Amino acid sequence: MKDFIIPWETGTGVYDDVDRGTPAKTGKPVTLTIDGMEITVPEGTSVMRAASELGIQVPKLCATDSLEAFGSCRLCAVEIEGRRGTPTSCTTPVHAGMKVHTQTEKLRKLRKGVMELYISDHPLDCLTCAANGDCELQDMAGAVGLRDVRYEAPKSGVLANHFEARNTSGEANPEWLPKDDSNPYFTYDPSKCIVCNRCVRACEEVQGTFALTIEGRGFDSRVAVGAENFLASDCVSCGACVQACPTATLQEKSVIEMGTPDRSVVTTCAYCGVGCSFKAEMQGDQLVRMVPYKHGKANRGHSCVKGRFAYGYATHKDRILHPMIRDSIDLPWREVSWDEALSFAAKKLVGLQEKYGQKSIGVITSSRCTNEETYLVQKLTRAVFGNNNTDTCARVCHSPTGYGLGQTFGTSAGTQDFDSVEKSDVVMVIGANPTDGHPVFASRLRKRLRQGAKLIVVDPRRIDLLETPHLGEAHHLALRPGTNVAVVSAIAHVIVTEGLYDPTFIAERCDLDAWEDYKAFISDERHAPEATEALTGVPALTLREAARAFAQGGNGAIYYGLGVTEHSQGSTTVMAIANLAMMTSNIGREGVGVNPLRGQNNVQGSCDMGSFPHELPGYRHVKLPEVRRIFEDTWGVALDPEPGLRIPNMLDAAVDGTFKGLYCQGEDILQSDPDTKHVAAGLAAMECVIVHDLFLNETANYAHVFLPGSSFLEKDGTFTNAERRINRVRKVMAPKNGYEDWQVTQMLANAVLKETGGKPWNYTHPAEIMAEIAATTPSFAGVDYALLEEKGSVQWPCNEDHPDGTPLMHVDGFVRGKGRFIVTEYIATDEKSGPRFPLLLTTGRILSQYNVGAQTRRTENVVWHDQDVLEIHPHDAENRGLRDGDWVRLASRSGETSLRAKITDRVSPGVVYTTFHHPDTQANVITTDYSDWATNCPEYKVTAVQVSPSNGPSEWQERYIAQAEQSRRIEAAE
Amino acid sequence: MTDAKMVLMANQIASFFETQPGDQVAGVAVHLKDFWEPRMISQLKTYLGQGGEGLHALVVEAGQAL
Ligand code: SF4
Ligand code: SF4
Ligand code: SF4
Ligand code: FES
Repeated sequence: MKDFIIPWETGTGVYDDVDRGTPAKTGKPVTLTIDGMEITVPEGTSVMRAASELGIQVPKLCATDSLEAFGSCRLCAVEIEGRRGTPTSCTTPVHAGMKVHTQTEKLRKLRKGVMELYISDHPLDCLTCAANGDCELQDMAGAVGLRDVRYEAPKSGVLANHFEARNTSGEANPEWLPKDDSNPYFTYDPSKCIVCNRCVRACEEVQGTFALTIEGRGFDSRVAVGAENFLASDCVSCGACVQACPTATLQEKSVIEMGTPDRSVVTTCAYCGVGCSFKAEMQGDQLVRMVPYKHGKANRGHSCVKGRFAYGYATHKDRILHPMIRDSIDLPWREVSWDEALSFAAKKLVGLQEKYGQKSIGVITSSRCTNEETYLVQKLTRAVFGNNNTDTCARVCHSPTGYGLGQTFGTSAGTQDFDSVEKSDVVMVIGANPTDGHPVFASRLRKRLRQGAKLIVVDPRRIDLLETPHLGEAHHLALRPGTNVAVVSAIAHVIVTEGLYDPTFIAERCDLDAWEDYKAFISDERHAPEATEALTGVPALTLREAARAFAQGGNGAIYYGLGVTEHSQGSTTVMAIANLAMMTSNIGREGVGVNPLRGQNNVQGSCDMGSFPHELPGYRHVKLPEVRRIFEDTWGVALDPEPGLRIPNMLDAAVDGTFKGLYCQGEDILQSDPDTKHVAAGLAAMECVIVHDLFLNETANYAHVFLPGSSFLEKDGTFTNAERRINRVRKVMAPKNGYEDWQVTQMLANAVLKETGGKPWNYTHPAEIMAEIAATTPSFAGVDYALLEEKGSVQWPCNEDHPDGTPLMHVDGFVRGKGRFIVTEYIATDEKSGPRFPLLLTTGRILSQYNVGAQTRRTENVVWHDQDVLEIHPHDAENRGLRDGDWVRLASRSGETSLRAKITDRVSPGVVYTTFHHPDTQANVITTDYSDWATNCPEYKVTAVQVSPSNGPSEWQERYIAQAEQSRRIEAAE
Repeated sequence: MTDAKMVLMANQIASFFETQPGDQVAGVAVHLKDFWEPRMISQLKTYLGQGGEGLHALVVEAGQAL
């Protein structure tokens, strides 16, 4: 598509957005002359790209710089001195001393001829075409000076074409195909296709799905989706083909409806932890489309269906735009002014502290909000409430990562950047489903797998990554849920006992006493795969082969997700993974490392910002007086030296009557946290629950104050992705609720401070909050908005030692000094299957929906997933007399729910699987309150259950839906 | 929280440190101090005072140090 000049930064540098035709290369410098001008570029660069760097745009149609050159349109022909003919500049690499001419009489004629042919089979309805002004075919017709088309239909009939539904005599044109608008976000109009193959290559090279092909030859060739239409095909709606298409053939529906955008602002996706950069393309304050930004260092110009298309929730009619209060949760909501809502909340909070003590209230920060917002929310509890009762939803996902990596390496973060995967030779994916959870990373990984990297998947389910087209060597360790530690330790056992570890690295970089202890421990026969096979369900030989492949395969990288952390031994598995990386010296350089795939967009940031009750920003324990002093000096208050309550502890304390008030920003704990009935009981026992969100979420059913939130399009700030990359979020429209979220928190703090007589906060821009973070937190010392503006993004630590940030961690030494091996004994979870609950339930998610679905359920993404289903193995289904699509009752010792069954052998016998995107299913009614031993991260991934036939929703579900409706009533304004 | 749940959580911590080399009691004590909020610690102490039924030996010992 045509490029936009970004108004706040033109010219070259990080924001240069010109399509250079072919991808950048690295290599030794080569100097050549183009149109009399000298240029030096890396070896392997195309002549087209070299010309573009001189500012000369050679006409092109089939080339674009996100794809390798294809050389089919011939529009980019050039003349090269001493060479015959007119080679295509996109496919011709540069040579030293080459002399190229891009404009000659011969070339002009040739290009006009090419364009004439294209245009003769193209509807000339430019003025009313959706791509008008944003069409490369149009641009090229102009660029080559096409003035007339000489092809005329012979007198005897019509000129064969693809664009007229009927010929002049009214007969149907067999070459014409109707528009396919089955995809909710884009259309495919074959009549406009120039068969440049860009879409097909984008789907293969960029996305890795291989949904498209070109069928037929010559005049008959067409783009085909291998199914009835796009929606029914393998297409995952990433939009890469739409972006690559030079014409209106593949076109966003939003552009068809609204017209072309007039400006664009670079910002960051608010869905997952990949943290893709986007250009939000605007008309005034209306968002026309999101286009992944090619200089985004996490995504390199790619995106998934959520980030590119699923932004409709931001303007959904369900959004609440006015503050509301109520005295008790059985009453309807009452809309009030901001002042009234805030002073109502402040009085209640202060009253609760007077009555029940300083530690009777707390906060939950959001992993969806910005760093600056999160920082303020934890500051609110520490500096204004005077306690450490702050926690975040990372508690329920990646808290074991913090503990495990902190103990072994000394810091709680992934070790690499996403680019690193391009250098990996063997990739181990444990308890993660990247194609669904972290799609853009998955595309980058698949690219590497197609190039021959080996894959090891440790997961109870056969995830889509294992079905990667053109996948080479792959190992699937389909373990029984809950046996991660046993499997990872068995891998380590093989590596140690077969002598495949790296003694030099261990001697230089690791604590040797700890290694000796560990080595003796792990060498014991009880960790041998033959010994653990019966327990884990992984055949010993399969495991040995995978272990050998990992240890001997070159650069080994480990990526893991919630399938690792959300267990009673979550922290232990993280440590086991760190052990594995250390013993094979897969740490501290490109292509290797330990990489937690973070769930939500700002999980990393919310942890960095001191959301946990025991840690101030930068992972420093509240017990340390020297750390407290930094904040005490900055905030002008004394800080509590004792750790505060974690989310499950808050709920327990609420049930006990000692925790009474909660400010919950941008989280839906009722739906997302385990053991729903216990969460509901905790919330119901509180006297003041303040929910700050876009929607009346499930938690709001128990709230007394509702403060409307702003979407990521409506605020300034930063998100930190899974690579520790701090990306800017930019405001592209005014907040519909009136205030950005950091402003709302500040107003709440000031309302409380008014009651208590404290000094009010007075931040006027998130940049000032970042300045305070930098001043108090060593790993952020060098971060400021000017730097982010200049560099686009930066990975922490960013300080005097690393002024440009740190793409790779632990390069010369571990953050804690010596890497520490930790003994990782397998301890079975108390959650065991038995006669009453013979199956093990594990949970996950799918591509089109996000987390509890509050956003994605309010977009067209529901066409792909409109309900949660239970995946069950044919064998278990048959035993229970279940057919595909039947309603089933799913019960555990915590509760029961009903949903439809999907019979599939992706899960092993004895294991069932579901997602938790829909509140009506309430999969968390089933999950128990068992948790990780170190961090209380809930054990979502293992619940003993029974499945039986049912007639429809359970009584509990029906009651729940009725109650939810009741508690969402809003009193009509007078 | 219920005593049963507290016992379970404390014992989980002990089961980890039980497998570790070095001072296991200190391991449990430090972990409890670093991560448990004061009212959880005091619940544990009260429970220990009442006999500490079902608590892992390491928790009992660590409890003295709290
Ligand atoms: S939207 Fe993505 S997956 Fe679908 S056809 Fe286009 S490139 Fe392929
Ligand atoms: S649909 Fe677009 S990108 Fe694909 S071949 Fe046709 S014109 Fe090219
Ligand atoms: S959801 Fe994740 S992968 Fe998809 S566009 Fe957003 S950040 Fe990128
Ligand atoms: S752009 Fe080079 S052949 Fe099409």
